[in-house]
Amino acid sequence: MKTHFELFGLQPAYALEAERLERAYRGIQSTIHPDRFAQAGDAARRASIEWSTRVNEAYRTLKDPVRRARYLLELQGVDLGMETNTAMPAEFLARQMELREALELAAAEKDAGALERQHAALRAERRELQDALAELIDAKRDYAGAATLTRKLMFLDRLDQEIDATLAEIEA
Amino acid sequence: MALFQIAEPGQPPAPRGGCRAVGIDLGTTHSLVAVMRGGAATVLTDGEGRALLPSIVRYLPDGRTEVGYAAQARQAEDPRNTVVSIKRYMGRGLKDVAHAENAPYDFVDAPGMVQLRTSAGVKSPVEISADILGLLRRRAELALGGELAGAVVTVPAYFDDAQRQATKDAARLAGLEVLRLLNEPTAAAIAYGLENAAEGVYAVFDLGGGTFDISILRLAKGVFEVVATNGDSALGGDDWDQRVFCWLAEAAKLPPLDARDMRLLLVKSREAREHLTYHGEARITAKLSNGDVVDETLDSETFCRITQHLVQKTIGPTRRALRDAGLAVEDVKGVVMVGGATRMPQVQRAAGELFRRDPLNNLDPDKVVALGAAMQAGALAGDRGEGEDWLLLDVIPLSLGIETMGGLVERIVPRNSTIPAARAQEFTTFKDGQTGMSFHVVQGERELVSDCRSLARFELKGIPPMVAGAARVRVTFQVDADGLLSVSAREATTGAESSVAVKPSYGLSDGAIERMLRDSVAHAKDDMRARALREHRVEGERLAAAVRSALAADGAMLGAEERARIEERLAALERVLAGTDHRAIKTAVDALNRATEEFAAQRMDASVRRALAGRSIANLDA
Repeated sequence: MKTHFELFGLQPAYALEAERLERAYRGIQSTIHPDRFAQAGDAARRASIEWSTRVNEAYRTLKDPVRRARYLLELQGVDLGMETNTAMPAEFLARQMELREALELAAAEKDAGALERQHAALRAERRELQDALAELIDAKRDYAGAATLTRKLMFLDRLDQEIDATLAEIEA
Repeated sequence: MALFQIAEPGQPPAPRGGCRAVGIDLGTTHSLVAVMRGGAATVLTDGEGRALLPSIVRYLPDGRTEVGYAAQARQAEDPRNTVVSIKRYMGRGLKDVAHAENAPYDFVDAPGMVQLRTSAGVKSPVEISADILGLLRRRAELALGGELAGAVVTVPAYFDDAQRQATKDAARLAGLEVLRLLNEPTAAAIAYGLENAAEGVYAVFDLGGGTFDISILRLAKGVFEVVATNGDSALGGDDWDQRVFCWLAEAAKLPPLDARDMRLLLVKSREAREHLTYHGEARITAKLSNGDVVDETLDSETFCRITQHLVQKTIGPTRRALRDAGLAVEDVKGVVMVGGATRMPQVQRAAGELFRRDPLNNLDPDKVVALGAAMQAGALAGDRGEGEDWLLLDVIPLSLGIETMGGLVERIVPRNSTIPAARAQEFTTFKDGQTGMSFHVVQGERELVSDCRSLARFELKGIPPMVAGAARVRVTFQVDADGLLSVSAREATTGAESSVAVKPSYGLSDGAIERMLRDSVAHAKDDMRARALREHRVEGERLAAAVRSALAADGAMLGAEERARIEERLAALERVLAGTDHRAIKTAVDALNRATEEFAAQRMDASVRRALAGRSIANLDA
């Protein structure tokens, strides 16, 4: 059981059935969770915590579109190079600037409605990127291309988090 | 292949039809204890048939302590020594506590946690809570006829690490073995979900006397998975009472009040608030110590107006929880209302409007948390009934991080991470030849350290001198199933290792707990040695039973040599268990634990593989 995919009995692929992952996750937790070992010896309890922690981490990685992509690329030995490689297509960056300006405007005007709309638009855009990632990783095995798309997806995720944080601030 | 378990001759069999592990709801206003009986959770009552215990403690000058109704009856008379709503002070410094100026106590601003000066001496919130828990423990021991196997104690989901640690310390001080700290809304979800065989996404809206929690759970095939939680650990019915009190002071043009009058009017304010749940208006009458009479009438319209901002405070956390869960209100199948303060019509209305559906009120909001805690206690003690094979997956409410340069927070474990969780992050040195690093662990969602709660500080020493940026210090956060954090740091570049585990500075050190245990009247008479023997025996018997059943089920996994070693140590433990030397038992327990380390890991691996193969292994229990 070397990889997170093997842990859940799944093929290593970007496209993945959320329900199958959930089922496998629950199945494993049901057998190894610390609550099942409250009456056991120290050694069993420790092993249970370690396994349960690992299963939680694996589930978190595979459930999340960005983490799943990074993990698959890592398995292929592809480094996203987040520290060194910051170059993104100019067109993409220009679009990011636009989105950010829109976010700042909505934040300044405390316009929750506008933020919710940006949230929805972003969700659609992320969905498209994920479909493209599945195509590149699973079918074309174009990992360099997938790395670029993953970086784009990370940009959008970051923006999404900022929208969430802004909404939270407005509500507070 | 099912194995029948047979108790060894001379050993007491496991209690049948009754579980010795209890669930305790340690509430701001009331506390309760419940237990599994005949397959159902039941709240245990006092001699007069009352289930709720007012969370009120009075300290008398002669050293006696009154808890519950007796203390409640004298609170206006002796406000300084009668402590109410102590839960609001758990794990908190004086500056963190709202309305401290309206509380009639003699505060002592101790480092870490505020303390109160009473006629029985200075008391910490941990000790005061322990007095409440101690009474519940005795109530349960009386009902169950003997010592308890342990307790699940509930905490607000939005309690931070310091507040959780303080609660656990209080339970230990009360002589309880804490099986688990359980989040209150999660406890309610278990009680509701098991009762109603619920499936799908549910929200638990929990407004108690002093805390507000909102939890979003996914219920599927016996798994209760908390997807997100949020809240306000300083919002509850008490705040509504405060508003009524302020309104009253203004309406009756009251001069500054002494402690007794203040407590009297707070009690009256609370009664008025509760009355308004069922009536259009409430009359408040009181005679002050100077002979003046207060007589005012509060109508529900005014009440709603002066408390509107409090109701509003529940909306933000609810929206944030839904967003964190990645769900919309339409996805929520039901809203379970918990906590006495949710009886207020305006709170019901607000929850209904937020989720666009009528809230579920078919469980007693005062009891549902204790019932859920009892169910979890039963499950942890291995006392689950047929078809009750359920599991709980909970999360941490607030992000955990570390201070970096410039007073910024580097988030290590984000909020709503499923527990147990471990996460590591590498840090490096800032200066050439730096041999030490100091870490500041914080909890909260803000970017600046100053806006987060400080949990602990610790230092790592002995880093070999290197150029700046060359050292690789790996900091690991481990959050256990109680939601409690431990942190360790390790420098690994040169193979030199150093690690340190920390306990939050708001909690008490183990030494302080031991001291309090020794000092407390309840335990002074107790023979500490007898107690240690009892505790080690229970642990030894539990371990021996677990190892025996593990050998019976999976002994085939072992090589002859390893098996012989385990059996030899098992026999050694069984030999000393009958004796009275608690140290010998402890040594034998440790030895058997060490010997079974590898075996336990192998069994766990095997069970993961079996789970994948889809085979049922419901009986794996060691």
